[in-house]
Amino acid sequence: MALSITVNAERREISATPDTPLLYVLTNELKLTGPRFGCGLAQCGSCSVLVDGVERRACVTPVAAVAGRAITTLEGLPAWHAGQTGAKTPPAMHPLQQALIDEQALQCGYCYNGMIIKGAELLSKTPDPTDAQIRKAMNGHLCRCGTYPRIIKAIHRAARLMAGQRT
Amino acid sequence: MIAPTEMLLPRRDLLKLGGALLIAFPLIGRAADQSGPPDAKQIDTWLAIHSDNTATLYIGFVELGQGSSTGLAQVAAEELDLGMDQITVAPVDTQRSPNQGGTYSSAAIQRGRPQVALAAAEARAALMSLAAERLGAPVTQLRVERGRIAAEGSAATVTYGELLGNRPFSLPFSGQARTKPESQYRLVGHPVPRRDLPAKVLGVHRYIQHHRLPGMLHGRVVRPRGQAAYGAGARILSIDETSIRHLQGVRVLRRGDFLGVVAADEWLAVQAAQALRVIWEKPPALPGQEGLHAQMRAAKTDDRVALERGALDAGFRDAVHVRTQACLGPYQAHASFAPHCALADVKPDAAVVIASTQDVFGLRRSLAPLLGLAQEQIRVQYAEGAGTYGHSCYDDAAQAAALLSQLAGAPVRCQFMRWDEHGWDTYGPAHVGEVRAAVTAEGKLCAYEYHGWQHGWSLVETSAQLTGTAAAPWPASGPQGVNPLDAGGMYDIPNVKLVNHWLPALDYLRGAWLRSPLDLSFSFASEQVMDALAHAAGLDPLEFRRRNIRDARWLGVLDAVAKAADWTPRVVGPRSKSRGKVLHGRGLGLGTHLVSHGAAVADIEVDPATGRVRITQLWGAIDAGFIVNPANVESQIIGQLVQTASRMLLEEVTLDGGRVQSLDWSSYPILRFEDCPEVTPVIVQRPGERSTGAGEETMAAAAGAIANAFFDATGVRLDRYPMTPERVRKALHA
Ligand code: FES
Ligand code: FES
Repeated sequence: MALSITVNAERREISATPDTPLLYVLTNELKLTGPRFGCGLAQCGSCSVLVDGVERRACVTPVAAVAGRAITTLEGLPAWHAGQTGAKTPPAMHPLQQALIDEQALQCGYCYNGMIIKGAELLSKTPDPTDAQIRKAMNGHLCRCGTYPRIIKAIHRAARLMAGQRT
Repeated sequence: MIAPTEMLLPRRDLLKLGGALLIAFPLIGRAADQSGPPDAKQIDTWLAIHSDNTATLYIGFVELGQGSSTGLAQVAAEELDLGMDQITVAPVDTQRSPNQGGTYSSAAIQRGRPQVALAAAEARAALMSLAAERLGAPVTQLRVERGRIAAEGSAATVTYGELLGNRPFSLPFSGQARTKPESQYRLVGHPVPRRDLPAKVLGVHRYIQHHRLPGMLHGRVVRPRGQAAYGAGARILSIDETSIRHLQGVRVLRRGDFLGVVAADEWLAVQAAQALRVIWEKPPALPGQEGLHAQMRAAKTDDRVALERGALDAGFRDAVHVRTQACLGPYQAHASFAPHCALADVKPDAAVVIASTQDVFGLRRSLAPLLGLAQEQIRVQYAEGAGTYGHSCYDDAAQAAALLSQLAGAPVRCQFMRWDEHGWDTYGPAHVGEVRAAVTAEGKLCAYEYHGWQHGWSLVETSAQLTGTAAAPWPASGPQGVNPLDAGGMYDIPNVKLVNHWLPALDYLRGAWLRSPLDLSFSFASEQVMDALAHAAGLDPLEFRRRNIRDARWLGVLDAVAKAADWTPRVVGPRSKSRGKVLHGRGLGLGTHLVSHGAAVADIEVDPATGRVRITQLWGAIDAGFIVNPANVESQIIGQLVQTASRMLLEEVTLDGGRVQSLDWSSYPILRFEDCPEVTPVIVQRPGERSTGAGEETMAAAAGAIANAFFDATGVRLDRYPMTPERVRKALHA
């Protein structure tokens, strides 16, 4: 029987078998370019998505396990953020995306899908995280280019941006 | 002669998200007439002016996430007096890009800047004479701003776009034009934001992993988990296709020992590659990483003196203090964050291959014999992947995609799995270094000797080797042996001898250049011996180095890093011996890769009870001549320092049991957020100097600084890295 999943607030019929990892469905059937393959082993965070607001590794999550749940990918993050803050129209970028550009944090940028998804999850739960909280929350996300220091700075900057938006 | 597809695209849309790197590829061009590279002696090969007053720059260097395409766009925009928003960089393609050689050794800016500046200056001169004619004024009275030309005392203007609009220059590139004096620069030497970042944070940037070809199949290679010795390859004894009978729609493809699967569905191909039961011939045993260095040291080697100056024995006779230091360096992996991926459409008489190679022309050369095609029948297009840090699996993946496409008779996208990437990498080679050096009573270096044991790089990629091409070492040349610049080269030493002891490459793992090739090992040994001599002479390590360096540029980076780190004179060694307490240490190091100068300071903590080392702060200073984009070089230094911390503390390819065992991020750990040091990049800007590489040079310096900080904390010299807790405990309790 055809499966359907809800991705970025849109219901999508899919033809993959139920055991197919969500990542392959998102990239090949739904043609999304946010989540991406890095290890396929839940070790790196390259494939991260939000499932009901919680970061999950799409590379090891069978698609059938997330039917009926709200899946948010990097593409849908600004709208998800708008939903969180009650804004009427989604911003062009989540504040963390803007902060990462402001800090010129990226090198190759391949790991940033996971960095942004995980960072956004953190900020949604902990609006003003300490350095230690950031390091702990982000520890499961690897960056081979070694851009961690500027990601930490950018998360602090995003927290300030978001505080500014609230007042 | 230039009719690139992107000229026909609406440029404004392309520029919206940040420009250069967003140009859509003509993914699969006609494969015929692929006689590139175009003639580098024509201006049109380098630049095109469009009717909307924008320009496209064609370069042969690829964007590896290091920001060099932004840097070269700055150079061209500077000479042409265009804004950064008016210039895009075309994707690299054997058919359309000038052949500037591979993007190696952080050379995109070093070799690219002069070429691009000259081409742009010559294009500007041509545009100015057209403008002079159009505006009826002599060239000397013309001014340009953002590609709009005005004559003094006249209101009339004309733009580059109006003068040339989409037509070629049709001019030879003489290389004789006068480039702008640096004093007039408004872009080069100033920080410019990376242009590829907005698309990357939005997730709409297309990495090679996102490319698709019409009608393509998904391919995966099937190999043993983890390579054996390079010379051993991998031999198939039998394949049991019934093991994947349950997976409908999979084809098993083979040429010699090259084996792969293809399927229309990617997940099916992934499952099949894992499920296919293959019996491989048992390879000859590897020494295992605990026995590795002893085997290297005892092996029959081909010994070559790399450098000899003065009289070494006499130098040591004059000495008051002599110190020695060894370095046992591990194999380390490139471990690109994204496993390599390539797409290929191989037809009987033509092929198109899309790859994230460092050298599109080099890849084309290696594909021709493999596919039985002439080079002119093969078009290679570059697409960006994740950072590679040297020669990793990109050409191997490209060969695999091409072979699978040829065997399947259909376009194929082949992506490596994590274990393919980690297990079949061309690793940064292991090293044994032994250094002996001496000082006079005045604390002046008088003799220096370095012996290095290592094997060269492997020339033949795994895919080609498995089809039957014999393994072969890279011809001995380049920076693969003892680097005279790192091995005492920054110091003023009258008597020097450097010797390479070449190991037979086929007996060891596959090897190639890994960011700052072997420099970390050289500096680990050499900078420790310098510190030990300073210590013996009772001198502050900074003062010791100052006394022994004459070169103003080495002194410049040394002073810059010392100032940034607020270095206070000290005699190194532990201040507290109390057991069970975390010890603090600070160290200094110098190093380089090829031309530029690097210096670093490290602050570390060592817990003697657990053996755990934490690098708390790193400062890295670079002098890379005149730096085109300081913002980008700062970012490069940050990456270098973090990667060095990772390589000094954690990274080691393990190879017990005949095969490589480190196949993923848990068996090959790298540094994570929680252990990431604070890092401070320091730039020594040198107006008027040639721009040189800036992607590697602080790494060797930081390796030396970290090793010296360890001694400062503990009073013990390590002769091996990574500094794993177990090794540290052993060293402290020896
Ligand atoms: S790809 Fe899913 S965690 Fe690495
Ligand atoms: S920026 Fe390259 S892996 Fe993180």
